[in-house]
Order: sequence, then C-alpha cells, then structure tokens
Amino acid sequence: MANFTLNVNGKTQELDVDPSTPMLWVLRDHLKLVGTKYGCGIAQCGACTVHLGDNAVRSCQLPVSAVGEQRVTTIEGLSENGDHPVQEAWLKEDVYQCGYCQAGQIMNASAFLKTNPNPTDTEIETAMNGNICRCGTYTRIKRAIKTAAASASENA
Amino acid sequence: MTLVKTHIGRRAFIKNSGLAGGGLLLGFSFLNSCKPKQAEAVAAGIEMPKEWFEINGYLKIGDNGVVTIMSPNPEIGQNVKTSMPMIVAEELDVDWKDVLVEQAPLNTDIFTRQLAGGSQSIRASWAGLRMAGATARHMLVAAAAEVWQVPADEITTDAGKLYHKTSDRTMGFGEVASAASELEVPEEVALKDVKDFKIIGTSRKNVDGQKIVTGKPLFGLDIQKEGMLIAMTVHPPAFGLKLKSFDGAEAKKMPGIKDVFTIKTFKDDYTKSAFDNSAFTDLIVVVGNTTWETMNAKKAVKVEWEESPDADEKMQIFGREMKVRFPAGLESTRIHKTAMADKSKVKQNVVRKDGDPEAMFKKAAKIIERSYSCPFLAHNCMEPMNFFADVTDDMAVLKGPIQTPEIMEKSVSERLGLPVEKVDIQMSRMGGGFGRRLYGHFLTEAGVISQRVKAPVKLVYTREDDMTMGIYRPSYEAYYRAALDENNNLIAFHVRAGGIPESPLAANRFPAGAVDHYLAEDWSIDSNITVGAFRAPRSNFIAGAEQSFLDEVAEEAGKDPIEFRLELLKRAQENPVGENNDYEADRYAGVLELVKEKAKWGQEQSGVHRGVSAYFCHNSYVAQVLDMVLENEHPIVQKVTAAIDCGIVINPDAATNLAEGGAVDGIGHAMYSAMSFKDGVPEQNNFDRYRLIRHSEAPKEIETHFVQNNIDPTGLGEPPFPPIMGALANALYKATGQRHYHQPFISEKQIIG
Ligand code: FES
Ligand code: FES
Repeated sequence: MANFTLNVNGKTQELDVDPSTPMLWVLRDHLKLVGTKYGCGIAQCGACTVHLGDNAVRSCQLPVSAVGEQRVTTIEGLSENGDHPVQEAWLKEDVYQCGYCQAGQIMNASAFLKTNPNPTDTEIETAMNGNICRCGTYTRIKRAIKTAAASASENA
Repeated sequence: MTLVKTHIGRRAFIKNSGLAGGGLLLGFSFLNSCKPKQAEAVAAGIEMPKEWFEINGYLKIGDNGVVTIMSPNPEIGQNVKTSMPMIVAEELDVDWKDVLVEQAPLNTDIFTRQLAGGSQSIRASWAGLRMAGATARHMLVAAAAEVWQVPADEITTDAGKLYHKTSDRTMGFGEVASAASELEVPEEVALKDVKDFKIIGTSRKNVDGQKIVTGKPLFGLDIQKEGMLIAMTVHPPAFGLKLKSFDGAEAKKMPGIKDVFTIKTFKDDYTKSAFDNSAFTDLIVVVGNTTWETMNAKKAVKVEWEESPDADEKMQIFGREMKVRFPAGLESTRIHKTAMADKSKVKQNVVRKDGDPEAMFKKAAKIIERSYSCPFLAHNCMEPMNFFADVTDDMAVLKGPIQTPEIMEKSVSERLGLPVEKVDIQMSRMGGGFGRRLYGHFLTEAGVISQRVKAPVKLVYTREDDMTMGIYRPSYEAYYRAALDENNNLIAFHVRAGGIPESPLAANRFPAGAVDHYLAEDWSIDSNITVGAFRAPRSNFIAGAEQSFLDEVAEEAGKDPIEFRLELLKRAQENPVGENNDYEADRYAGVLELVKEKAKWGQEQSGVHRGVSAYFCHNSYVAQVLDMVLENEHPIVQKVTAAIDCGIVINPDAATNLAEGGAVDGIGHAMYSAMSFKDGVPEQNNFDRYRLIRHSEAPKEIETHFVQNNIDPTGLGEPPFPPIMGALANALYKATGQRHYHQPFISEKQIIG
C-alpha cells in the first residue's frame, strides 16, 4: 500500500492503495466514479477510456503509481452539466443501445476531436477502432462525432 | 375506436395490488419512489408535484399533471424502457414531455411477462400497456364528468388536458388525479384508433440518454453499498472437468481478502430449469474488499481438477421435465467438425416431407448440393456477468442485469430456503443481453455467497470468466440439396441440419410451402459444452445458410435472386404446399419488394458488388441488400439497405438504431467471430483472440425502411440479425468470385487480400 494524491476531475483525491492498482479500479472502487467501465482489462475494448492530461488512455492499463500529478478526467468530469459538444451530439443522435460502451466511446472521441477537429470518415474509424460496441452502434457514433465536429466549428 | 374488456391483467388496476405481489413487504412503495428522481426531473425541466396519485400499477399522476410511467421489462439495449411507456402515454393521452419513466419492480401480479427474450417484450405487452393507459384516461374523464356535472362522452382529452367543448371548460389531468384515483376501475375501456396515435410512431429519445452520456450508475456492475464485498469465482479451465481439491491459504493471506471457500450453485436434489443451465456448479469463491485485490487473489488459488463423469441431468424445459445428456470427455473443435460432417452425409430424422423428393432428385436435370457451418460463439455482452446480493436470515435482495427475473426468483428462493415473497429481484439496465442473461446461475451464485459471508456482495465475472464459463451459441452445420428441371424450375428442396448440441432446423419456414417436393431432416450431437439462446437462436445460422444456398440455386437457374425468391413466394401465397407453413408469404414478398425499390436493385454501379437476403423470424420480416466494394483486395461493406415489416413501429429512430445494430452485429459475427475448443479448453478468453467487429469494419452506411401497416407490433431485437449473414456471403461471392460456406468467413483465407 502507498499514499497517492491524485487530480481527478479537477478535485484533489488522497488515497492509500496498492501502487499496481489500475486507475480503472481506483476510479470505480475507491472514488466511486463508476462511469468508467470495465470491459476486458487488457486494453482491447476501450470501455475504460479516460483522459490523462489531454490524451485518451486505457485506465485498465494505467497503474495508479504512473499517474503522478497529471490531470485525470473521467466521463463524470468531461463537462459540468453534461453539455460537452460530444455529449450533446450523442444525445442528438441517440447513439446508444445498451449504453455500456458509450462512456469509453465519448472519452475517446472527445480527446480525438481535440487533436483533429475536422476529421474524415477514415480518420474517425482509425481513431475509434479500439473501442468495441457489441450492440453495433458504430454508424451512429461516426455520425455523432461529425455532429460534434460541426457544432464545435460553428461555435468557434 | 375499439372497446376492450379490462379484465386481462385487471389485477394491475385493482387498488393496492402492490400488496398482493409482496411489494409492500419488500419495502417498495410506488408512491414514495419518486423522491430521488427530483434531480433528474429538474434536469429534464420537469417540476415535481407536491403529491402523487396512483391510478393503476403502471402509472401515477402528480397534482401538477406530471405523470410517472413504469417500464415493466428488463432493458438490454432494445429500448423498451422508452418504447413501452410510450404506449401507455399514447392511450393516456398525455404530453410525452410531462412523463417520467421508472424501471418497474418485478411484480407479475401487475405486469405481464417481465422477461427480455424472443423479441417479445412489445408484442406480449402491447395490449396490457394500451389498456393501462386507456383505463387511466377513462377514469380521469369520469372524474372530470363528476366535477363539471356533464356526461363523460362529451369530454375529450389531448396532451394531458381534459376539455368540455360545449361549455368551453378545460382542466389538467393533475386537477382530477386525486378524484380519479378514488374511482372504481371500469369494466370496459376504449382504445384509440391507430390513425389517432400521436406518440406511437414518432421518434422519442432514450429516457436514459442523459445518464448514459454523463456516466451515472445504471448498470449492475455500478452497484455500490456500504459494507459491500466483491466476490469472484474460480471455475474449471475446461469443459469436462470439475473441482477435485483446492488450497486457498495463500490467496486468503493476500491484502484485502476476506475468505476463500467453495460453493455449490444448486442443491443436489434440485431439478434445474433450462434457465439454470451451467456447466460448472462447484465453484471456488474468493471474497475481498476491492475488485483488483480479489482478481489478484483469484490467481493465487491452487486447484486440482478431475474429469467429470457422464451426466444425465433432469431439467424443466418449458414446463416439461426432460433429460439432458452431458457426456464425459474433453472435446475439441477439430473433432466436432468431423463428427458434424459425418452426420451431414447420412439420412437423419425426418421432420417434414412433402411430395416425393427422392423421385424428383432422380429425374432432376441439375442438382446443387452444398454444406454450411458455423462455430460456437460467446455472447460477449460488453458488461460481463455480475450480480449484487444482500441475503439476511429472512430476506434476500438481489439486483443486477438479468433477462429472466421472474424465473430466477424461484431458483433463488429454493436455493436459499426463503419463500418467494422474501426474495426481491431488482432489474438494472443491462450492458447487453443477447440471450446470455436469460441464464441466471450468476445470480444464484451471488445469493449463495452473500448468505455464506453474511454481507452484501457483488459477484463479478472477469472478461475471461465471462467468455469461458459456457452458454454459447451452438455450433451448427446444414447440408442443402436442390433439384432443377430442364426449364430451371425448382422441383425439389432438401435440408439436413444439425448441431452441437441442437439442430437449427425450422422445417416449416420458407422455402417449405413453396416447393412441391420438400424434405427436412435434423440431427444433434450431445456435448458437455453448455449452450443457450443467442440473439435469434437457430435463425442466426440457418438464415444465412439458406439464403446463401438460394442465391446459388437462383444463379444456377439463371434467375435474378430477388425474382427467384418472389416467384417461390408467389407460389406459397397462391397455392401453398402443406399445412403448417410458418410465415405469411405476402408480407415476406413485401419486404423483398420494398428493399428492391429502395436499394435500386437492378441499377448496379460498377465496382459495387451486391448481395440480397430475406428472412422471417420472431414474427417479423426482414430483407437486406448489402453493397460491397474492394479496396486493395479488401472487402468493405459500403452500404446496407434494409426493409422491415414488424407491424406498427413504436419509436422509429430507436427501431432504426436496433436494425442498424442487428446488421453490424450480424456482419461481425459471420465475418470475424468464433469460439473454438481444444481438449475442453476454450481457446479464446478475451478480445485479443476473440474477434468482434470494430469501427473500421462496420458498414459505411445503413438505410432502414419500415413497411407501413396497422398490424400489431412484433419483434425487432432479433430479426435484423440473421439474414444479413446471407447478404454478406452473397456479396462476398460477387466481389471475390468465391462462395463462403463456413463462418467466420475471415478464416477462409481467400477473401482477405
Ligand atoms: S477495460 Fe480497458 S480496454 Fe477494455
Ligand atoms: S451500446 Fe451496447 S455495447 Fe455499445
């Protein structure tokens, strides 16, 4: 066990936990932020995607000891009122079926749009290829990403 | 306007019916259940009422006119939590923006068939949901008639308001909700005409959308409770093995670990139901404080396994007690394949025979013979199996993702030795179901563990557990033979289909009824690998096989594949062969006609390779055209055009979403997915080796069209899934010149550039 001071969704969190514990379980079990999902535990499905600084990372592969002072943002902290352009686009396109994979999809999409605000279809597919959706909502996800990109450029 | 008697499900409308179902015993109070909803209502721009009035088990109305509607069925992503309340709201005649939706408790005294399976939620509850809304509306009208002292039939309603036109008076539902709740339940109520629907048939957003995009706790895995422990199990690494002995001493010493012990999922003398099916019922359990600690300790348990003997298990299958055989031995896919091919070669059990197929095959001008197969599949719901249980001496509260809460209530009650009234099973939103969560052994396991450790427990399967504990889509094989005469007419058709451990044959489906000489045979091979319903059971293979075969027969006959099918359907419609044909030929032809028009079939573009397919299952008809292009020899699905007849569509955009998902999921499984075995060991245990379709492999575009009619709604969760596999195979043939007979197609090397 060891003590860590983390910056999660803009809040400072202190905890005493085994250094090897993946952020996924720190978030879910210790900080009760259950929006970040467990799907595979081996970096294959993307359900656990969070932002480390500005980058989308797989929290199931990120030991708490590797976080340091970097900002961690989860789906709960993506926006204060659930009105991030990507969240709004998801609502507009009614993307989800079961909804389980969608936090990961949204976190990956929002980080991606920061680096590429106006992506092509192929760029979207490549960027999102690590996020599995068993319900098969891929075409809607793509549409929502384009909707988000368009609304962001309108507001820019 | 149709008048219907309210007595079907009338118990739902009798005051305090919650008592009868043990609702109050379990501390569930419908009238008080809205308090935590405050925040949500504020977010939706809805002001909460000061007081609620329960009109019937399905709905309550606030003094300000806000309505809460219960969604009775488990939500697995098929959108029932939105579409079922829409039906109630329609008949109540309320404005959808004034509606709050709540997941109903399990209460079969009130609700019909609280089960997610067979694409039946809407179909089975359609009448009950409409009646619930119409009854409430009737009572509001009666209460208003009393207040205004006018005849009830002079009162009209619209969007949550009551009108008396002649005296120009108006009142909101909320103003008479209290009086209405005191009235007797009417014997008979009027239902709306379909043409007057204002909510049904219009697209409404998913009621959980806001929670999903903001990561609110919704799923079983998200459940937290003070003092809750995490439990995980260790099960045999291979089918055909069972627990011999274990040593948990080291695991128990690990940080955060409370205990390591074994459980039996069922009592020895218990007769399982089909939904209790589980290959591994002697399990080692590790209980700890956190998921990560428990996961690690699980790896430190030392176990010795031994081979399990032949077993004939008694099982209750749809009310009948049957013996199911689980043979001893360690099975392998390689041996399965040979065994299935052998079965395909010889005569099997005849299920249907029309005319004299053998004579026809003898005199045929041309015979086409082909075999198709598919592997076992794991369901791979994105949310792995899990369940929360809090069992005390006199009460068991279980909550989590389950498609069959009603059935599981009985299993748990028997296992824990508590009467059903003391077992409270609550439904969470599910991270996928696809049939996997019909089989609730994990729920029973959670109950047994909580009872043993005397604490609230969340049982969590790792992805590896989820993928290797069984309940798979069976492996199937189908052999087809068709006879053409010298004029290329189909004169005889023969299907021989089987699988491990069940046959996918649907002997009375198309093309039965359309061919004079028809033969259908089935067979099966016992196995100790457990299987279960998987999105559109059996159809999920046989549709693709049959539709690929028909494509080949049409080609041999020199006919357009759609015209060929339409000709057969015309025959089935005008002069059907046999009695028990299990489809309506005109509706079947209808979806083919519609897809032909919408996909502009016949106006081919160069470089675009098209395949068509159509199938009927779960009471609905689906035809799909798949357009494929090759990029660097690599097949890309450019577009899918679908035509669907599922009767009245409740929520069109959500229905479209489900149809899109069905197509993506079907392409994915036919193309990429397989579960194989070596000496009983599942060879895939996570998404590194088990392939699911990904973004870049999904169709670039999907266009869905619904046949417009006034037929009562039928299933949609499953029907779009099976036929697309045929459309895919047929398009692949056009694109590559190669027919694909064995799923997953990706392993047939030639297709991938
Ligand atoms: S849970 Fe981390 S990628 Fe799947
Ligand atoms: S919406 Fe169900 S897994 Fe993506």
